[in-house]
Amino acid sequence: MKLLKLVPDDTNIDFMKVRNIALILSILVTVASLALVGIKGLNLGVDFIGGQVVRTTFAQPVAIEDLRSRVEALDVGEASIQEFGDGKTYQIRLPRPDGPESQAAAITGKVRTMLQSQYPGVTVGAAEAVSGKVSEELARDGLLAITLAMLGVAIYIWFRFEWQFGVGALVTLGHDVALILGFFALTQLQVDLNIVAAFLAVVGYSLNDTVVIYDRIRENLRKFRKMQIVPMLNLSLNETLSRTIVTSGSIMLALATLLIFGPDVIFGLTAAILLGTFIGTYSSIYISAPILVWLGIKPDSFLKIEDKAPNLAGSDGAVV
Amino acid sequence: MFDLPRWKIWGIFLAIALGIAFAIPSFFPKSQVATWPSFVPRTQIALGLDLAGGSQLLLEADLADAEKQRLAAMEDSVSQELRRAPRIQAGDISTSGGRVSFILRDPTQLDAAVERLRTLTAGVGLTGTRTWNVSTADGNRVIMTPTPEGAQQAVKDAMTVARDVVRRRIDPSGTREVTVINQGANRILVQVPGVDDPEALKRLIGQTARLEFKLVDLRADQNQVAQGRAPAGSQVLPMADGTGAIAVQRRAMVSGENVSQATQAFDQQTGAPVVTIRFDTAGARRFGRATTENVNKPFAIILDNKVLSAPNINEPILGGTAQISGNFTVETASELAVALSSGKLPVKLDVIEERTVSAELGRDSIEKGLLASAAAVLAVMIFMILTYGRFGVYANLALLVNAFMILAIMGIFGSALTLPGIAGFVLTIGAAVDANVLINERIREEQKRGRKLLDAIDTGYKEASTAIFDANITNTIAAALMWYFGSGPVRGFAIVLLIGIITSVFTAVNFTRLLVALWVRAKRPRELHI
Repeated sequence: MKLLKLVPDDTNIDFMKVRNIALILSILVTVASLALVGIKGLNLGVDFIGGQVVRTTFAQPVAIEDLRSRVEALDVGEASIQEFGDGKTYQIRLPRPDGPESQAAAITGKVRTMLQSQYPGVTVGAAEAVSGKVSEELARDGLLAITLAMLGVAIYIWFRFEWQFGVGALVTLGHDVALILGFFALTQLQVDLNIVAAFLAVVGYSLNDTVVIYDRIRENLRKFRKMQIVPMLNLSLNETLSRTIVTSGSIMLALATLLIFGPDVIFGLTAAILLGTFIGTYSSIYISAPILVWLGIKPDSFLKIEDKAPNLAGSDGAVV
Repeated sequence: MFDLPRWKIWGIFLAIALGIAFAIPSFFPKSQVATWPSFVPRTQIALGLDLAGGSQLLLEADLADAEKQRLAAMEDSVSQELRRAPRIQAGDISTSGGRVSFILRDPTQLDAAVERLRTLTAGVGLTGTRTWNVSTADGNRVIMTPTPEGAQQAVKDAMTVARDVVRRRIDPSGTREVTVINQGANRILVQVPGVDDPEALKRLIGQTARLEFKLVDLRADQNQVAQGRAPAGSQVLPMADGTGAIAVQRRAMVSGENVSQATQAFDQQTGAPVVTIRFDTAGARRFGRATTENVNKPFAIILDNKVLSAPNINEPILGGTAQISGNFTVETASELAVALSSGKLPVKLDVIEERTVSAELGRDSIEKGLLASAAAVLAVMIFMILTYGRFGVYANLALLVNAFMILAIMGIFGSALTLPGIAGFVLTIGAAVDANVLINERIREEQKRGRKLLDAIDTGYKEASTAIFDANITNTIAAALMWYFGSGPVRGFAIVLLIGIITSVFTAVNFTRLLVALWVRAKRPRELHI
């Protein structure tokens, strides 16, 4: 059987040649993403800003204006009503109410009662009510989880490798997270708690990719001490390229399957991870490796302590 | 690496066999699994509410209300304590300013009064920390202030009681798989599978269910009552149906603590839904005495400080049972019966978060989720065989075993599978192949450098191990942090990821190495297409 080889054996791509172009491109896209978040904002779900969402399916198609006027007759704030294709399934979103924290849950009850009495045969598929207090906590916890996960792994990499690698991983992650934020600002897909899980998955995957490449760079730094940094990075990237393509390819294959066939409740989640996998693969090649050049990593970074020791003794020797 | 010791081979196979054995019940319906013999594993993976359908409520205790109740209870105990012989005369007892204070008629009794209160303020438990501070002022005033430790302990105790009361109310028979757990200092998380209209749950939990029987104060002037004023020793309470207010004596004839049983029934004359209650021995005695002494006077049945009804006492009620009527429907009457038999909530609970998924939507999600996961696994498996041939098959076997082991471990630890969990599962599958990709690519490289087959495999596994190690540790750190700091879906995702990282390292490294070793031993191969 002839095996599939996505990357030919004699591949030798000069990744580092375009590193400055890639850097400028990455900076531009990052800035654009953040600007987009600043301008358009994120479509934050009730998890993070509080409020109520009721997802309901009617027996017969209903007019959206009709539904809107009935919801508004309840006097529970301005409703945003979204249709899901068939004219029977709607998502009714209501703003976070003033007053006591228990108000949010009470409002879903009101909406539910109205739907059941006004539209025979209606089913309420899902209802969520998050009070202001809880949503603030969820938003804080989500931010904390992402930030700490990024810092935690950067510190680990700093210990296992060198500080340049830790910084490189952190910058790479920052880039990835910024781009996905930009994606959500652009598409206005709803950002809820599930999306935090997606961010963390992207952080995890991007790191995985970066660490594998860093691992090879560390190995080659030890092996070829006389080699220039730039060719050495190119060599490492080419050596790991086949693995990068196969792994990213299979993960993206799995995610694409989930995106197409999976329940639409996790569409946003899967889309974010899929995009993140792509961005993570790009950034581990074009950001995490080149940054090592700019941070001035030296071939002797990974000399064993005993190899370095004579030098240190020599310089300190003057004291004796 | 090809001469694996016998115990290691058996160990790996044993672990895998256990994993598969504990995963299998998850593929069968629950009713069928229940009939299996007892020596067969019956662990089933639990489905989260987003997949199974059901309601989740996050309740928060109203701490201000709890503190107020605690003060009121202390006021009660103080006046009772002072009335005990030899009686200490006190007046102007109040709970304003978050403390209980009163004035002694006879200032010389100050020390005696403070001494008398000692039993009420001593802490319970081993530490014996004071729950209240007692101080004096102006020579005749005694002031009791709650200590922070006391208040904290009171909240803790109240939350434990509240949790049990909530559980009894939601699940009087104890058969449903409800989850009721304390969360943080003042919250309770309630999960009820299968209930997709949480209104009844909210009503049940919403009532404190403090039931009291009090005599109606006949001295009260109706005009004053309408303005909210009552004679000394009495209080004005609103009617539950909103038809004005009524004055009742402050002291209760009997209260809900003395109710031993409550059931929904129908009134024999009118046929209206009512709640019949049975008092315990002490309650029956007190109720009997009070009704004997007050024949032909009305008494009020009060629930959570609202008067349900105020019937006349036609004759002494001695049997220890009473009937509560008051515009009930069958539903509200049975809710009240459940609430009364479960005891009163020590603190008012507010619903601050509510999530419901209907069973249909849940079923739809799980069907699509399972289908998509299966398709994803299949796609990856085909891709692996096309890329690595024989070693791709080994990687696929590892992948399958990995999936079984994740199911088994989740079943054993009882962690629920949620929708984000399915996404985590797919990501784990994708990431699990990475270890094999790293190994196989390394073997390719070593072969290219001219190493002999066995040498190349050996070096491949060895050289790939540091990258696998570092990559998995970083993922573990990320997953552990998201589990610790995240909540809800984030945790559901993290738990699958954490379990998946551990099992995938085992299957992708140890299990495939075993397969390779067995192949090498059996066939003594000279070449390998990889």
